[in-house]
Amino acid sequence: MTLLEQAITAIQDRFGAEVCQFCSVPSLIVPAQHLVAAARALHDEFSFNMLSDGTAVDYWPDEPRFCVIYNLNSYTEHIRISLRVTVSGENPNLPTLEGVYPNANWYERELWDMFGIRFVGHSDLRRIVMPYDWQGHPLRKDYPLGYEEPQFTFNFDEIARRKHRGTQTEA
Amino acid sequence: MTSPLEVSLLEVSIDELKHLVSERALSGETVLLNMGPQHPSTHGVLRLLLELDGEIVINCIPDIGFLHTGIEKTMESKRYEQAEVMTDRLDYLNTVGNNFVYCLAVEKLAGLDVPPRAQAIRVILAELQRISSHLVWLGTHALDLAAMSTFLYCFREREQILDVLEMCSGQRMMTTYFRPGGLWRDVPADFEITVRRFLRTFPKRVDEYEALLTNNPIFLDRTKNIGVISGPDALAWGVTGPSLRGSGPDYDVRKVYPYSGYEQYNFVVPTATGGDVFSRYIVRIEEMRQSTSIVQQALDKLPPGPVRSSNRKYVPPPRAEIGVSMEALIHHFKLWTEGFSLPKGSVYLPVESPRGELGVYLESNGGPKAQRAHYRTPSFAHLQALPLLSKGRLVADLVGIVGSLDIVLGDADR
Repeated sequence: MTLLEQAITAIQDRFGAEVCQFCSVPSLIVPAQHLVAAARALHDEFSFNMLSDGTAVDYWPDEPRFCVIYNLNSYTEHIRISLRVTVSGENPNLPTLEGVYPNANWYERELWDMFGIRFVGHSDLRRIVMPYDWQGHPLRKDYPLGYEEPQFTFNFDEIARRKHRGTQTEA
Repeated sequence: MTSPLEVSLLEVSIDELKHLVSERALSGETVLLNMGPQHPSTHGVLRLLLELDGEIVINCIPDIGFLHTGIEKTMESKRYEQAEVMTDRLDYLNTVGNNFVYCLAVEKLAGLDVPPRAQAIRVILAELQRISSHLVWLGTHALDLAAMSTFLYCFREREQILDVLEMCSGQRMMTTYFRPGGLWRDVPADFEITVRRFLRTFPKRVDEYEALLTNNPIFLDRTKNIGVISGPDALAWGVTGPSLRGSGPDYDVRKVYPYSGYEQYNFVVPTATGGDVFSRYIVRIEEMRQSTSIVQQALDKLPPGPVRSSNRKYVPPPRAEIGVSMEALIHHFKLWTEGFSLPKGSVYLPVESPRGELGVYLESNGGPKAQRAHYRTPSFAHLQALPLLSKGRLVADLVGIVGSLDIVLGDADR
């Protein structure tokens, strides 16, 4: 049994994780409350010493809405595994992985910025790429792409007023 | 009265950054200073908020996002073949590499095979691009450390590489030459001669750069034992590529998870042990030589044959076929109106970009547009490690440290 298979079996047995079928990288779906413990086990016991990437997918309007994905890499064994956690759209939050992988910091900040997923216990949960006073979370599926809004009869005045206000603040 | 802190922080409130600066900053004992976003040696629009005690950096808080253009969001709204054009704009020094990793991810999801000739040409262009990216890095890095002439020489050689890209794709930078399933078209007839001409002269040029810098006492003073990061720290902070190899670990995606036939080529992964600015410099210089050798090997055994897969569900038929085959016409029409759909699934695929591990996470929901397209970019990871490298150093060293990480802000901000 290879180390990767051992790792998968161990995480399945200990934390009730499921193997994700539609991923090309071996992936485990872990319950949110066991995320940190599972990552800790993979880091300490199975040599996954590098967090390659942290990202999320929005399945709006389905529930659970988000899936957060951590891609782990083993520098010594040359194997990869990814951890997936589903997060509900209602008050989305997860425990932070900063304690296991220090570089989770910025990936989680990006997830907060882009998807509005809160990371409990995070040391510096500020927006990272969007301006600090930005409203909304751009990578959510219900966030508009930002085309110019067409002016019709019913909303002509409203948009004209908004444009006018915009030029005033610029000046 | 406004406190000195409020003035220097400009638009951000103190409360938001209190946890990142030391106590002394709050009493005004240390100075908070903005470096960037319009600072020439931040290589783009990077803002570093520095807490300084005299000339010594106590804390460094990188602030990114000035070049954020929502590329991932836009990619989700475009069909797969259209979204590839967006990827060029991420890391503008490694445009070929961005297309490369995207095509590999699409091919993996689709189960497309790439003909051997296309694979070899991809390797040649990716390695040439690596050299050109390292040339820009070397030129600007040396310029930051006050060596003007290196910059001019580096850009002279880079021009030759851009000429090769232009010859193949018609574009010097935003090539979109790699397409899912292969290449847009075959390379022109004088491609091989041009590349070989470049390969003949280039190793001598690298020696020239080295003659200018490697034993130059001023350059050594400004790079040795500066910005040191240990191997384990670098791994823990997700530092990859030459910046990691300067600290010892020999992690290179081309060796560890080979793609596009890299396992056929003989090359060594250069490493150094110092972990400082100079070690990262030495590693990149050696990488240029190794890339030259890979291009040489790939050219020597460049196989003949097609450059694009003939799977018509994903790859449009050539123009000549459309005139004579009804089926080809249907495929052409379908592919350019509704695009191709990828089977449901997700993939994470890394390649070795000039900066480090460049990964793409692509998730398909079965339709012609991606559910999620995400780029794991090395510049983002490296900037996160910057505070670790710069604490306790002089402000003047910071310029060298930022340069040695070889960041591209388009890559970090996406």
